[in-house]
Amino acid sequence: MEFSNELLEQAHYWMRLTRAFDDRLDLLFKQGKLVGGLFSQRGHEAISVGAALALGPDDVITPMHRDLGAYFARGMTPARLMSQYMGRATGPSGGRDANLHGCGDLSLGIVGFVSHIPQSTPVAVGMAHAFKLKREPRVALNFFGDGGSSEGLIHEALNWASLYQLPVVFIVENNQYAYSTPTKNQMRMPDIAARAAGYGMSGVVIDGNDFFAVHKTTKEAVERARGGDGPALLECKTMRMRGHAIHDNMSYVPKELLAEWEPRDPLLLFEKRLREMNLLDDVKQNELLTRIEREIDAAQAFAENAPMPDPSKLTEGIFAE
Amino acid sequence: MTWDSIIPRETKNEISRSARNDIAREDNARELTYLEAIRDALQYEMRRDPRGLVMGEDVGVFGGAFKLTQGLFEEFGEERVIDTPMSELCMVGAATGMAFMGLRPVVEMQFADFISTGFDSIVQFAATNHYRWGAPVPWVIRAPSGGGLRGGPFHSQNPEAWFVHAPGLKVVAPATPADARGLLLSALRDPNPVIYFEYKALYRSIRGNVPEGEEGIVPIGRAKTARAGNDLSIITYGAPLHEALKAADELARENVSVEILDLRSLKPLDTDAILETARKTSKVMIVHEANLTCGVGAEIAALISQHAFEFLDAPIVRLAAPDIPPPYAPILEDASRPNKEKILQAAKKLLAY
Repeated sequence: MEFSNELLEQAHYWMRLTRAFDDRLDLLFKQGKLVGGLFSQRGHEAISVGAALALGPDDVITPMHRDLGAYFARGMTPARLMSQYMGRATGPSGGRDANLHGCGDLSLGIVGFVSHIPQSTPVAVGMAHAFKLKREPRVALNFFGDGGSSEGLIHEALNWASLYQLPVVFIVENNQYAYSTPTKNQMRMPDIAARAAGYGMSGVVIDGNDFFAVHKTTKEAVERARGGDGPALLECKTMRMRGHAIHDNMSYVPKELLAEWEPRDPLLLFEKRLREMNLLDDVKQNELLTRIEREIDAAQAFAENAPMPDPSKLTEGIFAE
Repeated sequence: MTWDSIIPRETKNEISRSARNDIAREDNARELTYLEAIRDALQYEMRRDPRGLVMGEDVGVFGGAFKLTQGLFEEFGEERVIDTPMSELCMVGAATGMAFMGLRPVVEMQFADFISTGFDSIVQFAATNHYRWGAPVPWVIRAPSGGGLRGGPFHSQNPEAWFVHAPGLKVVAPATPADARGLLLSALRDPNPVIYFEYKALYRSIRGNVPEGEEGIVPIGRAKTARAGNDLSIITYGAPLHEALKAADELARENVSVEILDLRSLKPLDTDAILETARKTSKVMIVHEANLTCGVGAEIAALISQHAFEFLDAPIVRLAAPDIPPPYAPILEDASRPNKEKILQAAKKLLAY
């Protein structure tokens, strides 16, 4: 598969934006400017961006709390997302749901998730079921984690998707830890993708820090699903480089493990390849980072000046009219 | 043996005159059983709206555990009448996804008891979605509910209170064939998730006139005075309505005039109708088949106490199942469910207060 220069430039932008936005959120949290908890996506950029960029404009995604890059790549703006983190009226949930939770916009093909992961997985399956029934050439892309893979619902959803041969691709982000519990304490078998065989679908283990591998494999799975060949389970192996949430210093993670993953940072790997391909140099890199900082400054200013939700509308919208 | 085969096909219970007369006979009305009225609504709406589909366990080829969906598979095919695996949690989640993409799914829980296996998909995801980020979730879950069939603890439950308590769901519980059709049509056209409780004991034991076409659509949230009276109000819903009507017929022979309010919708509740009947008769009995504690009756009693206290001549009485799982042996099940005799007994005590 060829990677066009345009695609790689886009991917570079989204991944760097994601990393910089994540860093800014960390800073804003420490300044007391965000509401509630904060989940870093650091280390997940190649998965969220690589997978989301494999979709067409009419496809849909059900991302979760470490898929910030997927929200961006689907068109959610930094200003809206920053508003969401600050609990402002201008966020996708208008201050009603927390951080990336409930950060949905069907016009962008994004479904907001609930904390009960993997509750979005059957929803992706249902959207794919609708595409099949309506004969629409669209695909649903679902994300869940190693933690979520232990829920019974994953069995129900994978079985359902395979039974009806639905156009859905499952990305399982195996980042080694469900909160404090390492995968070896969650499951006997090391590869979640191996379960795919039991459902009669393709299962692939991917280096989740390698944008090229994630994107290429997802693209293939998406196009096969679109063509009627049914679902696939893609396991992206990565490492959660921060605590479960910002309060968590992850003292339970061996220092050596983090040290082992540090040089495999998805952005470093990606940019090394870009330089090898003569698509990136220091000038371009600085330009990009400066541009992104300016965009995030603008998003922050927008959100800080945005109105708070109106308490007089507290009970509005519990039902659709 | 299917569950269908243990439901009496012949109408053994004498249907109260008031139940028969509660729908004006119109030119376009037919007499249908409660079950036929539900099927009629599904069929009518699926013919009218190509987005409609039915899914559940054994609903297709087999026609459903109660044969309620019989004939739909033949008419609409396997893509619109979907036999699913035993996966309620995924079924409801999938319905949400289908609803997002413009379909109008109806999920049949084979028994209302099994709805708990789909709980997260209902109360966490679907129910909260519109409030959280504005995307409507237009689906209906049909939940065959209630006892009387000797089904034991896991085929007899009335779990409506769980869903009335969960913000973002509409909950309906029709008791007559006309309301069964009329409320299902409203539910199918509502942009919100609706839990539709239907009563297995009524499937073939209750018949009534049922309008056709666009006639007889019953808005969600509107109670109905099933019988007008002055001395005592019975507020009820679902299967016990018919026990209340029979009790009222008997009390009428003793010159006691009972008003019966059939709630029909449990969320939203018709607060105005509840307060109106309480103010009118000053004596209120609430009857439901679900167990007592934190049941729908508790909310109704609280509403009346708060807003119509000065009109009351007696404490509000709640008649419900005790706080036990529905028992199996007929003598135990009968002892646990509200019936005509228990209503009469409680009514006489209340009238004498």
